[in-house]
Amino acid sequence: MRIARPLRLLRFRSGGLAPIIVILAVLLVLLTARQPDFLSPPSLMSFLGRSAPVVLLAAGQYFVIVSGELDLSVGSLVTAQVVIAARLIDGDPSAGWPVVVLLLAFGVAVGLVNGLVTTRLRVPSFITTLGMFLILVGAVYLWSDGAPKGGLSEEFRLLGRSAFEDVPALGRIPYALLLLLAAAALALVLTRSDFGRTLVAVGGNPRTAELSGVRVWRAKTLAFVLSGLAATLAAVLIGGYSGVSFQAGAGLEFGAITAAVLGGVALGGGRGSAVGAMLGALTLETLFTLMNFYGVSGALKPTVQGAIILIAVAAASFRFPSR
Amino acid sequence: MSGLLPSPLLALRGIGKSFLGVRVLDGVDLQVRPGEVHAVVGENGAGKSTLMKVVSGVHQPDEGTIEFAGAPRTFRSPREAQQAGIGTVYQELTLLPERTVAENVWLGREPLRRGLVDRRAMLGRTAELLASVGEGSLPPDTRVGRLGVAQQQVVEIVKALALDARLLIMDEPTAALADHEVGQLYALVRRLQEHGMGVLYVSHRLKEVFALSSRITVLKDGRAVTTLDTADTSADQLVRHMVGRELSSYYPDPAQPQELGPVRLTVRGGGNRKLRGIDLRLRAGEVLGVGGLQGSGRSALARALFGAAPFSTGQVTVDGAPVRLRSPRAAIRAGIAYVSEDRKGEGIVAGQSVLDNALLAGRAVRPGRLGRGARTARVRELLAAFELRAAGENQEIRFLSGGNQQKVVLARWLALAPRILLFDEPTRGIDVGAKSAIHDLVRRLARDGAAVLMVSSELPELLGMSDRIIVMRDGRIAGELAAGATEEDVVALAVGTEREAAG
Repeated sequence: MRIARPLRLLRFRSGGLAPIIVILAVLLVLLTARQPDFLSPPSLMSFLGRSAPVVLLAAGQYFVIVSGELDLSVGSLVTAQVVIAARLIDGDPSAGWPVVVLLLAFGVAVGLVNGLVTTRLRVPSFITTLGMFLILVGAVYLWSDGAPKGGLSEEFRLLGRSAFEDVPALGRIPYALLLLLAAAALALVLTRSDFGRTLVAVGGNPRTAELSGVRVWRAKTLAFVLSGLAATLAAVLIGGYSGVSFQAGAGLEFGAITAAVLGGVALGGGRGSAVGAMLGALTLETLFTLMNFYGVSGALKPTVQGAIILIAVAAASFRFPSR
Repeated sequence: MSGLLPSPLLALRGIGKSFLGVRVLDGVDLQVRPGEVHAVVGENGAGKSTLMKVVSGVHQPDEGTIEFAGAPRTFRSPREAQQAGIGTVYQELTLLPERTVAENVWLGREPLRRGLVDRRAMLGRTAELLASVGEGSLPPDTRVGRLGVAQQQVVEIVKALALDARLLIMDEPTAALADHEVGQLYALVRRLQEHGMGVLYVSHRLKEVFALSSRITVLKDGRAVTTLDTADTSADQLVRHMVGRELSSYYPDPAQPQELGPVRLTVRGGGNRKLRGIDLRLRAGEVLGVGGLQGSGRSALARALFGAAPFSTGQVTVDGAPVRLRSPRAAIRAGIAYVSEDRKGEGIVAGQSVLDNALLAGRAVRPGRLGRGARTARVRELLAAFELRAAGENQEIRFLSGGNQQKVVLARWLALAPRILLFDEPTRGIDVGAKSAIHDLVRRLARDGAAVLMVSSELPELLGMSDRIIVMRDGRIAGELAAGATEEDVVALAVGTEREAAG
């Protein structure tokens, strides 16, 4: 028998994304029923711009989760980056780009430490990144004596809060959305690269990967670095959009993990797509918007996230009973 | 036989057991008398362990009866068998390392005094039991984790005694013991025998069987072939009973002398935790078979050559140049490929597609855009040549049959054009048709100039495929056999009857 020609290819490719697309569509329908102009260009553009940080974090989290690990440190990394940026820039308009480069380096460094401690010292990533979370929170408090110092320059904040104005048909295109699209394209290229496919194999079966010549520790460490970079970009957007605060990144790690799981990325690794994780983030944001319109208390957000994680993981274990 | 024999302690009649439609035990009869050490021998997969698990209540037989101490019994759990007086010392020890000897012995049945554990009674009774088996020097308040394997075994046995066991099952008890510890175990078993205890003794090692047992039952393919009085039996006879089957003839032709090329791989003095003093040469064009029992080091040898559990001593050369095979990656770069015996655990990524699985090694070792299209094309070609049966190259590999999964694993390696191939049980769990396809492929690879090392526990496969066979025992190469060797030759080397190897 020969391999059947790739006619069926589409079915297998879309198989993983179908549920999240359906959920997102249903939520959008519910949302437009309540708020008919939600899907109008200006409102949609601003929604996508606002969602950009979480979508970025979900993409970063995808790489870590698909490799079989978990990154709980991204929320506090976002906070740390915002606070660091504020203190270093301290209102100086010319400090913007150098500080962004520095933040990127810091994001890479945090990812490297997370990755190396997890793979080389064999600390479970849940613990490694929980430790990193606490370390960053404490260090930032110590470094700024309990209250954020300095301030972000207007130039630095442009990326997070400004937009191309008066674009025909669409109106306003936030810079954040453009950054997001660029990052999403990059994520897509990465997931289809040799590295991306190998990373899925590492999460799916590390023994097989190792015995096929994969340097498992290196692949996982790179995944953490990608997550650190995603958190840095998210921090730049959040700093610009909402300013400096110790709460800047609070809870974002759970948002990102919930989004990834909702988008079909299997906890434990080996299954899922970056697109799914990003759609998961949009779905989550849509859901929160919907809750807002229907007057549901914002205090319920964590409860909803928790319920989603439980349901999504349980649903996945029905779809893919033991490997 | 004349005279009155004591009535049997344990009598199995017509025991049958199937797993997923595969008949593992078929009409097994076996009797153990009080004070008898009854050995059970057979090849890997003959059904020894399953039979022991039936007696100890882990498995329930599909048919047949178990009579113990004169009454018919059914054991629905190991606990019921224990309470009836059947103790088991497993291959892997099951003690709690952080507790003391006495705590382990009385675990779950601690003697109580006014509702509290009576430590003194516990220690005292443990000491008595230890003394009764001649191990009085072992303090009952030692932490088990500090004891060696042999002493832990003593604790397991004493634990069984504390339950008033009258029959003790010992499944490969010496597998993890050093030579001098084996002697201690012998003494212990004999003392149990004097106490009138029956012992069911499973072992691969004929030396032990002859040293300890009074009778031997041979299992083969799930049937009890025969029960022999040890005193009237020679090692050769026993081996013949264990093997006794015809060699089928559908294997591809072996290599002709002129087809053998230069030496591809040499090992001198190779050793690690599981291997000692390995010397071997592997030539281009030949299939070197590796035989031996489970745990003899045959898989460890393949893993050492692949860098998965590297040699810690000795020298390895590939094509004449010294190499250090410290990791699978290093081995792959040296032109070595390895097909694991554990396909599911180490061979495939179950949730990834056929294509992703086939590309894995290439992506890992030679990543990058360059040659990416050619690599994919090569893998597709190989999959087509292997007549892979799949719904498409994007189907997840877990939905494929074992044989087709193995074809994908082979394609992964052949895409790298390795010069040395290590196969560990390449046809395990594969149906007959796919089996001979893989046999043909292995031979074709050798003919094309690859050097092949193939581990197999299936004797017909080992004899049918190999140009030369080395047999492993206790981490060493016990001997080498030329083509034309018999199953008896292999088994004799594997179990270590002191007999000269033919060829």
